[in-house]
Amino acid sequence: MSTTEPMIRIRDLHKSFGPKHVLDGIDLDVGRAESVVVIGGSGTGKSVLLKCILGIMQPDAGTIEIDGQEVTRLSRRAREEVMQKFGMLFQGAALFDSLPVWENVAFGLLQVRKLPRAEARARAVEVLGQVGLPPEVADLAPAELSGGMQKRVGLARAIATQPEILFFDEPTTGLDPIMADVINELIARSVRQLGATAVSITHDLASARKIADRVAMLYQGKIVWQGPVATLADSGNPYVDQFIHGRAEGPIKLDVRAA
Amino acid sequence: MNPLAVIGRVFLNFLASVGDLTLFAGRAILHGVSGPYYPRMMLRQMVDIGYYSLPVVGLTAIFTGMVLALQSHTGFSRFEAQSAVATIVVLSMTRELGPVLAGLMVAGRVGASMAAELGTMRVTEQIDALTTLSTDPYKYLVWPRVLAGLLMLPLLVLVADVIGVFGGYIVGIYKLGFGPHEYINRTFEFLETQDVVSGLVKAAVFGFLVALMGCYHGYNSAGGAQGVGAATTKAVVSASILILTANYMVTEVFFSR
Repeated sequence: MSTTEPMIRIRDLHKSFGPKHVLDGIDLDVGRAESVVVIGGSGTGKSVLLKCILGIMQPDAGTIEIDGQEVTRLSRRAREEVMQKFGMLFQGAALFDSLPVWENVAFGLLQVRKLPRAEARARAVEVLGQVGLPPEVADLAPAELSGGMQKRVGLARAIATQPEILFFDEPTTGLDPIMADVINELIARSVRQLGATAVSITHDLASARKIADRVAMLYQGKIVWQGPVATLADSGNPYVDQFIHGRAEGPIKLDVRAA
Repeated sequence: MNPLAVIGRVFLNFLASVGDLTLFAGRAILHGVSGPYYPRMMLRQMVDIGYYSLPVVGLTAIFTGMVLALQSHTGFSRFEAQSAVATIVVLSMTRELGPVLAGLMVAGRVGASMAAELGTMRVTEQIDALTTLSTDPYKYLVWPRVLAGLLMLPLLVLVADVIGVFGGYIVGIYKLGFGPHEYINRTFEFLETQDVVSGLVKAAVFGFLVALMGCYHGYNSAGGAQGVGAATTKAVVSASILILTANYMVTEVFFSR
């Protein structure tokens, strides 16, 4: 982290669902071109944190600054402007199954940048190549692809508009270890090539080690530890130790209900 | 539990749903009219609602027209008033049965599929994905459907009116022994522009309601496959009830004086 202001600055972020405080005062900075991975068990509020930053959910209190601009109270149009800096890979890829693969990849180019269809298609095929998919895939329907292929297309869609900030929601969940590693490699490479700021949430430590510069651990709506990925193994933090060694015994109590 | 409290809670929940639905409709219209527009999505919905509903609406209309002719004949022949059959068929079709039956059939066909499609998009995060791609789901998903419903149902009802009258004509000529010339004259004798126009206005209202309920329940569905199933049921049931309610209201506006 340098002296320049961070790309994403989150202060005292709160979000509750009824009596349950899912986010309970989150402070987190993500520097420019830095890759931060948020780890934590299921139901610790990782997804909610991501959705708050993306503006899909409205936080109850606290501030989120993107590139120096406070975004939690933005108008719809201003929000859409900010969103153009973002690319996101969803857990289930969330491809539009009514559109062929290439239109999925080129969605932002077609609908937001208003590129001509031929040009958008050429660009989509190029981006598909970057994630290791042949041009024939372009005309398939998303439902015809395997889970790993869908993740690649999702990644291609996220990077097609060359965003400044990339989000990854459980990028390796549901993939076999080899495909997971392929996706991790692709993510690390895409982020580097774009010089993008990246925020990922995962409970897959292999994935975290591969794509993170810095790791933050979320537990019960708070960041209980953060530090460079190299120090993950000897953090001295009991929460982190329990999590990375996968022990049932320790300070982390399992929550049954989903957040 | 206190039964009064139960009644109160049910009533408050009902009011909350009405408010929520009104906000949804307002947002769909406000976001929709301000653009950008998605003509491809619009065209796809218009074809789906208008063109692909033709067979089911046509079949409904022809059998309704036929049974109307038959039933009114058996009834009115007791008073030697068989000559009213053609008038009854055409007025019933254009004023009431055309729009209501077409609306109900489209609610079952289109409203259900909208709720299922948007519901699946919701639970698989496709709607969130739209937002991350700087695309407003109200503009991209809801508005094209609502507008297509509003525009296409009147056209469907116009076709249904013609087919329904034709069904009555078939029965009238080949079963009840009317002369073709006589039947057609009788059909147009008492038919006024307002009869057809009121039916088309109804159709526009019903089309709007069907698409709105499909989108609303799909958009707000939660809880996986079960939630999508529940959304589909709710979309069809609520659209059907709203159609019957709105039917009375529009009739009141047009014909009560």
